[in-house]
Amino acid sequence: MIVAELKRIDEIRKMIDRYSSILVVGCDSCVAECAAGGNRETMLLAAALRLSYRKDNKNPVITEACLDRQCVDDFIEGIAHQVPEHEVILSLGCGAGVQALARVYTDKPIIPALDTLFIGETQMRGVWQENCLGCGQCKLGHFGAVCPVTRCSKKLMNGPCGGSKEGRCEVHPEIPCGWDMIVTRLETLGELDRLSEYVPPVDWSTSHSGGPRRVVREDQKP
Amino acid sequence: MKTESRLEKVLAAGHFAVTAECGPPKGSDVGALEEKGKILLNKVDAVNVTDNQTAIVRMSSVAACSILKNLGHEPILQMVTRDRNRIALQSDLFGAYALGMRNVLCLTGDHQCFGNQKQAVGVFDLDSIQLVRTVRDMRETGKIIGGEDIQVPPRMFIGAAENPFADPLSWRVVRLAKKVDAGVDFIQTQCIFNLDRFSRFMEQARDMGLTEKISILAGITPMKSVGMARYMANKVAGMDVPEDLIKRMAGVPKEQQAEEGIKITVETIQQVREISGVAGVHLMAIEWEHKVPEILAAAGLDKRPVV
Repeated sequence: MIVAELKRIDEIRKMIDRYSSILVVGCDSCVAECAAGGNRETMLLAAALRLSYRKDNKNPVITEACLDRQCVDDFIEGIAHQVPEHEVILSLGCGAGVQALARVYTDKPIIPALDTLFIGETQMRGVWQENCLGCGQCKLGHFGAVCPVTRCSKKLMNGPCGGSKEGRCEVHPEIPCGWDMIVTRLETLGELDRLSEYVPPVDWSTSHSGGPRRVVREDQKP
Repeated sequence: MKTESRLEKVLAAGHFAVTAECGPPKGSDVGALEEKGKILLNKVDAVNVTDNQTAIVRMSSVAACSILKNLGHEPILQMVTRDRNRIALQSDLFGAYALGMRNVLCLTGDHQCFGNQKQAVGVFDLDSIQLVRTVRDMRETGKIIGGEDIQVPPRMFIGAAENPFADPLSWRVVRLAKKVDAGVDFIQTQCIFNLDRFSRFMEQARDMGLTEKISILAGITPMKSVGMARYMANKVAGMDVPEDLIKRMAGVPKEQQAEEGIKITVETIQQVREISGVAGVHLMAIEWEHKVPEILAAAGLDKRPVV
């Protein structure tokens, strides 16, 4: 899923202060799972904004709404009746949600309320871990299902760097060394031999280096 | 000989090689670089020119290599994959060879978070082993990555670093073997303070037959003070400074600590010379290059062979 975090209120306000009616729109998918932009967080943000404006003796119209998914047209249309009454949409979707709203509601400014961070997993309540960079050529099969592109701070493909110490990355002691995880896991599986082979330079053209990517499937089109 | 490298000749003739590090200035101060270079002239077989070490912006290693070469040095061009993609790396290899460089040390580089440009993008298009293979393929097949032919391919003597003290321990020699397979000719190790662990590393390397295939130069760093020893132990990535050594430095008065540090360095050089498979030493006297001649004289290594 996509993991995101709420921006600070003052940063959001700088972008929306010029409007007198704001539609705050959440997304009840990924960003709900990471407790950043779901239904609950949308209500909380709207309440926080009202409070913040009241302190400044301002009283803009603030309306909440939440879509099941902000990145799919069928769902986006769910707020179509509310959009004309507001000057701006404040989106608690990820970067994809914000841009999808902008594509559909062409005459409305769409402002992001979140910082979109990464593709990751919920490791436990309150802990989300990045583990996929969407490189376009999944290599997990070679590396014991631990991604060197994502989990190694230097994207190393041929083993750990000299900065790996007691399972920790040189970048920060709180970051586990991705290569330590790869080696440990393959050792457990008895498949350490996978690592002795030289891995040639990665073809980054299937990653974002090749430009914005798009998947078109004729069999899925209406 | 695979190349026209002087270092290759020294090692092939069986001499115990000496290399030393010379960090380029933070800026364009040619005078400062030449001053450092003159101290090391004729004292070492080759001089390593660092590439924005610890991610701090300095004069480019290709430019600094050229300046030191004009002074009479045999430079080892250090190249990290942190800052340049494969286009820039290969282009700089062409340029460096055109300017007369015959040795390259292929590194990944310290992460940019250590330096003075923490917001920079980390490139890491290649890793150090892929860079080794790239340089080897240029030399052996005359081709760049992707298989295109080039005119006058660089013929470099290829080095890489290895840290015998990093983890996971079981993996260190496997990684060394991978570097050998990729085409490395020589290795310069991380600074050695823990001789026991280094001996074990060398034993593993000998058992795998690696010392027959490549030359391993032991990395040596003199410590100026107990403060530096503690800093190296706690703050520098991938260092292993035993507590005994810190105690020994702490045990002498402050004004004698530099002298004690040099004494330890000379002893370390003598000890690594005794380890089978060690082909030379690589001195990394960080901002202390002027002490290198004194250390080499004390270790009996100040006369460099003519090859």
